[in-house]
Amino acid sequence: MLVLEDGRVFHGIPYGAEGETFGEMVFNTGMTGYQETLTDPSYHRQIVAMTAPHIGNTGVNDEDPESSRVWVSGYVVREPARVSSNWRANRSLDDYLRAQGVVGIAIAGTRALTRHLRERGAMRAGVFSGTALAPVEELLERVRRSPAMEGADLAEAVSTAEPYVVPAIGAKRFTVAAVDLGIKAMTPHRMAERGCEVHVLPASSTAEDILALAPDGVFFSNGPGDPATADGPVEALRGVLDSGTPFFGICFGNQIFGRALGLGTYKLRYGHRGVNQPVQDRRTGKVEISAHNHGFAVQAPLEGSFDTPYGPAEVSHVNLNDDCVEGLRLLDRPAFSVQYHPEAAAGPHDSAGLFDGFCALMESARGRVSVTMSAEAARGHGAGEEPGADTEGSKGA
Amino acid sequence: MPKRTDIQSVMVIGSGPIVIGQACEFDYSGTQACRVLRAEGFRVILVNSNPATIMTDPEFADATYVEPITPDMVEKIIAKERPDALLPTLGGQTALNTAIALHEAGVLAKYDVELIGADVDAIQAGENRELFKGIVAKVARERGLNADSARSFVCHTLDECLTAAGELGYPLVVRPSFTMGGVGSGFAHDEEGLRRIAGAGLDASPTTEVLLEESILGWKEYELEVMRDKADNVVIVCSIENIDPMGVHTGDSVTVAPALTLTDREYQNMRDVAIAVIREVGVDTGGCNIQFAVDPATGRMVVIEMNPRVSRSSALASKATGFPIAKIAAKLAIGYTLDEIPNDITKETPASFEPSLDYIVVKVPRFAFDKFPGADQTLTTHMKSVGEAMAIGRSFPEALQKALRSLEKKGAVFTWAGEPGDKDDLLRACRTPHDSRLFTMQQAIRAGATPAELFEATAVDPWFLDQLYAIDEVAAELRQAPQLTAEVLTKVKRHGFSDLQIAELRDMTEPRVRDLRHALGVRPVYNTVDTCAAEFAARTPYLYSTYDEETEVPYGERPKVLILGSGPNRIGQGIEFDYACVHASFELSAAGYETVMVNCNPETVSTDYDTSDRLYFEPLTLEDVLEVVHAEQQTGPVAGVIVQLGGQTPLGLAQALKDAGVPIVGTSPESIHLAEERGAFGRVLAEAGLPAPKHGTAVTVDEALAIAGEIGYPVLVRPSYVLGGAGMAIVYDDETLTTYMSKAGAASDHPVLVDKFLDEAVEIDVDALFDGEELYLGGVMEHIEEAGIHSGDSACSLPPMTLGSHDIKRIRTATEEIARGVGVRGLLNVQYAMSANILYVLEANPRASRTVPFVSKATAVPLAKAAARVMMGATVAELRAEGMLPAEGDGGTMPLDAPIAVKEAVLPFNRFRGVDTVLGPEMRSTGEVMGIDQFFGTAYAKSQAAAYGSLPTGGRAFVSVANRDKRAMIFPVKALADLGFEILATEGTAEVLRRNGVHAKIVRKQSDGTGPEGEPTIGRRILDGEVDLIVNTPFGSPGQAGPRLDGYEIRTAAVLRGIPCITTVQGLAAAVQGIQAIVRGDIGVRSLQEHAERLRGRASAVAGEE
Repeated sequence: MLVLEDGRVFHGIPYGAEGETFGEMVFNTGMTGYQETLTDPSYHRQIVAMTAPHIGNTGVNDEDPESSRVWVSGYVVREPARVSSNWRANRSLDDYLRAQGVVGIAIAGTRALTRHLRERGAMRAGVFSGTALAPVEELLERVRRSPAMEGADLAEAVSTAEPYVVPAIGAKRFTVAAVDLGIKAMTPHRMAERGCEVHVLPASSTAEDILALAPDGVFFSNGPGDPATADGPVEALRGVLDSGTPFFGICFGNQIFGRALGLGTYKLRYGHRGVNQPVQDRRTGKVEISAHNHGFAVQAPLEGSFDTPYGPAEVSHVNLNDDCVEGLRLLDRPAFSVQYHPEAAAGPHDSAGLFDGFCALMESARGRVSVTMSAEAARGHGAGEEPGADTEGSKGA
Repeated sequence: MPKRTDIQSVMVIGSGPIVIGQACEFDYSGTQACRVLRAEGFRVILVNSNPATIMTDPEFADATYVEPITPDMVEKIIAKERPDALLPTLGGQTALNTAIALHEAGVLAKYDVELIGADVDAIQAGENRELFKGIVAKVARERGLNADSARSFVCHTLDECLTAAGELGYPLVVRPSFTMGGVGSGFAHDEEGLRRIAGAGLDASPTTEVLLEESILGWKEYELEVMRDKADNVVIVCSIENIDPMGVHTGDSVTVAPALTLTDREYQNMRDVAIAVIREVGVDTGGCNIQFAVDPATGRMVVIEMNPRVSRSSALASKATGFPIAKIAAKLAIGYTLDEIPNDITKETPASFEPSLDYIVVKVPRFAFDKFPGADQTLTTHMKSVGEAMAIGRSFPEALQKALRSLEKKGAVFTWAGEPGDKDDLLRACRTPHDSRLFTMQQAIRAGATPAELFEATAVDPWFLDQLYAIDEVAAELRQAPQLTAEVLTKVKRHGFSDLQIAELRDMTEPRVRDLRHALGVRPVYNTVDTCAAEFAARTPYLYSTYDEETEVPYGERPKVLILGSGPNRIGQGIEFDYACVHASFELSAAGYETVMVNCNPETVSTDYDTSDRLYFEPLTLEDVLEVVHAEQQTGPVAGVIVQLGGQTPLGLAQALKDAGVPIVGTSPESIHLAEERGAFGRVLAEAGLPAPKHGTAVTVDEALAIAGEIGYPVLVRPSYVLGGAGMAIVYDDETLTTYMSKAGAASDHPVLVDKFLDEAVEIDVDALFDGEELYLGGVMEHIEEAGIHSGDSACSLPPMTLGSHDIKRIRTATEEIARGVGVRGLLNVQYAMSANILYVLEANPRASRTVPFVSKATAVPLAKAAARVMMGATVAELRAEGMLPAEGDGGTMPLDAPIAVKEAVLPFNRFRGVDTVLGPEMRSTGEVMGIDQFFGTAYAKSQAAAYGSLPTGGRAFVSVANRDKRAMIFPVKALADLGFEILATEGTAEVLRRNGVHAKIVRKQSDGTGPEGEPTIGRRILDGEVDLIVNTPFGSPGQAGPRLDGYEIRTAAVLRGIPCITTVQGLAAAVQGIQAIVRGDIGVRSLQEHAERLRGRASAVAGEE
């Protein structure tokens, strides 16, 4: 049984592990990429409903996870696959969820649920099956007692405990310090492909910890929770910005950047979770179809530049669906961030050029070549630019 | 980048007649384009020879040319209209090829016409397989993508083909360049097959070029629909997965959207490749599609081909996602970028996004092999289906079963009745792709086939196979359930089972199942196709049924009218009926009703979400329609349901709907029965004193023989209740009648109608409108071929060439009597035969007919719109007063100098090699064209040019006619000789000609074989391209040896070589007039608007005189 905090109840069939689970109820509109979604740390403490009806068709393989475990707290689907069909699959999604202890449910009304969340906003929910079942009132009570997403500080919970290094693929060009606020495996991989040696650091890292590596650039990752609580990372980032080290942030990292610039953040009614969001680069006018997973956003003036403690800044990217801020950039310093996912796993690769933009910034800051961060470098070159990992992955075993 | 202001007028080229591989999806796309361009303020000049299209309605363009789509005719139009730009990407391969030809001939440069939405180099790169392979290799190399092409060789001669085969090995694929719908392509399993297929392919290719390719048979097949704007923004509108693996043409495959068996990495790789390829190819702006094959064992991905234009799949993708590809392609062509165009469905979000689906779409093809006995029924890379149905559900089983019942075809819907048959036999049958293979697979599952066995036999992805097993398991659960509870029913319904299937499994009646289901409160809800998986609110009510949680039908303020469409295209029921439905919808919406369209054909204009106020994409079965009516009744008053416009499909539901309390408007079901049932109709005729050919109704062979004995041979036999003359035949003797009856008895429960066949009669078709008091004669059409050839296959002229005003008066009176006697409210179609000055009534159909759009265009009167109004209670007098109908006169009082419109049928024989091309009482044409001009000869010549390419003006004509035709052929053949044709003839025909002063050279018949001196037979000579025109009227009974078979060989050779082949003496006379007109060189072009202007001017002048 799926129980929402406002009392709406959906009945269904248990899927994955049995038991009970709580989290913020959100929906994801991606039609592919359930394995990446499940293992994305940003979904920590969220129950994810898939709007695509058939889930699990291609089973689970060892190459596509974005982290070492499933992070969603619960999983809601309509039609779980009965067989897995893919040459890379080595087990079924059902078995995988069971093994990872993820409580899920198959309900007919995933669309009704989505419409409900769209109208009422994301809210707390619980999934209950087996021995956890009880009268609805009691389950509802349990849901209402569970913690809310607003005010939740979750980055440390999902972050790596110890620093680790992702070596550069090919010749090393840069050292990047990447603060793991819930980082996805594809992100350091995208940088490594471009010659970055990526030092992944715990969320609790301070500016000193970060700068001690003498990195060419600093990266703040995506991650779960309310950015308003992330005072530690904001402090750390301010230190990084003060140092003049090039900075790039994704998703939660964008919100941290916003806060470091003195901007506020707010919770979207039901967030952006999917792989089909149109984001426009304000400088070039080009539209990227991008992967999103965020329930919070930065508040910033859309038109023109605004002042920050680090000089003038501007909103670099905007979501064309709802005019939500999707990217920020300092005009006089080498720092920028986006709210969406250029590493795109799952999702389209239209925005992969942003990693090239980051490399160009590091190159320029090092003074080897005099390049200012041009719009060209920052906007990327769209799909088809994706070398390396994907190709190898798809060719896989 | 907003709209361009440097161009003011745009020419749009349509796709011409409906043929296999190029159907009404291009009417849908062209209509969208014209609407967009006009709304944006451009002057639109349209060329399309197909009168049955919506796009050729005068209101969709400023100048509408129903003229042949040939480069020289289009040049004439360009010279006259001087458009600034030409948009060629929305009219299929026909439009694209014509545009390329105009470009290459320098016509576009000469008249300073800019090609928009297309780039000639890109088209060449996309369509030239060698260039395209190079592009794929380049993007794979430069961007590190997993993309490849099948290994292949381009060949221009048979010898090159044989050498290439040595490298590739068999089996291999043969693909001719620059053909549409896969014409001429196929699998060669050995050298003999290669010689045959490649030989034909070299002929079919305009560049005498074929590609031989490694076989990727059995790989998974996918397609992506891509849009690109001039700012280089690219979106993937839809992914489509073929359930039938590689080896079956996409058009003949069961397909599903979105793709269901790809991981995100594989899908994104495919997406990256698609985008990289179209950038590299240089597709200008607009839509294109790109096809992929994936090796299920290794994931190796091969790019098969791309179409740099809107295609059949684009129509499917538009309907599947709610993203209107053609409309947006038109906007991109005139300068907009994707982010500047709003998403119609949400209104608030832009078109620069990729639709997300929270439902499954299944498309199934519909075939017409029953019309072409002798045709190879195996499905190959050469498209053979004539139509398709699409269904939407919240799960694959639900969508699949809905799609199968949308086909309205026996043997398509899964059944658990009777014995499934032998497992091994069924598995063997599954190995060869064929019509309803899924059904065979389902029976194999019943017979105990394992998933592994089924996969081995079909190579269908195991996930899809498992879904079939799931359906089978649910059927077993249903059968074994102790009681039909709401829970059991809901589960079964979620797997797409119809009440009828449930009734069969539970041994109940369908109404009983429905009553029980309703009593238990198990009813479908209606979800919205919203492009975004419910992320944003949808403003456009485009709905589908599903057994889910919440219904989304909006409340309606205005009284609602439901219009039932015509379902999948098939021979005999196609675009013409969609035309009538769309017109009714436009008109009734304007008249203040809320129009609600119900249909399941993704190719049509009627299933465009902005044609009607609401759209239900639903099967047209009683159950599905009743549920829609119920849903609509819950949300506002329903004024009525229109069943008269969608052809036989909705008409067949009329009585049952009425019995269920549904208000049917227009002609009542009882009246429909009066016209359809032989006995009842006979009484109507008797009361009116109208003669019908002698006839009887027989159930047994003896009864039939007795009737034939009484009325005399030849007789026309047919099953009752059919459309398109299915199963009709003309029988000359007892023996053939006995054979026919034994077959017909087995095929149907309905009795067989035996009519006296009126030899040498003139057949007349009438479309009329009746309001209960006044008759408006829409048009009187005279068939060019004599009676006995199905009206759908016969060429006809309007106004009639040989009928005088006295004849028309008799026709008017008779039609009015029938309309009154039957009780028509709306449209009526009557077929007459005039023989020995007696007007016989052949049949009456109280519904929109196939000829309504033709009549509307030829007479400049919107007949279907008027009919819709009459059905809702308006009178002819009121419509005359309103100006919808002419104030005075009607289609029977056309002025003498009115233009003559000739309709010609287009037949699909080039798709069905080995099928006799002779015309008969069973309809086999897929489409039609119209030639319109001042005189019959030029109009006829235009119709031929539009249908088959121009008539020859010289060269060799071969003549071989039946004895009965010998007298009648002398004069026209002499005319041919006078025009300079060299006449070849078989012995008997040559004798007659010589005696009449026509020098005719004797050639050897097929049955004579090659002569002693190596003289070739006529078949050989035709194949060798030595003949330019063939006149061959058939004789002898079908299937026998001798003369009939000779004729068959000749006609088959003609089809192979694409040489005009005339099979009636009347057709010959018309052709001679046409050739004379071409020789005179006075074929001009005139738009429908100009014709209408003249007609209106003339009509008022005539009225003034009276």
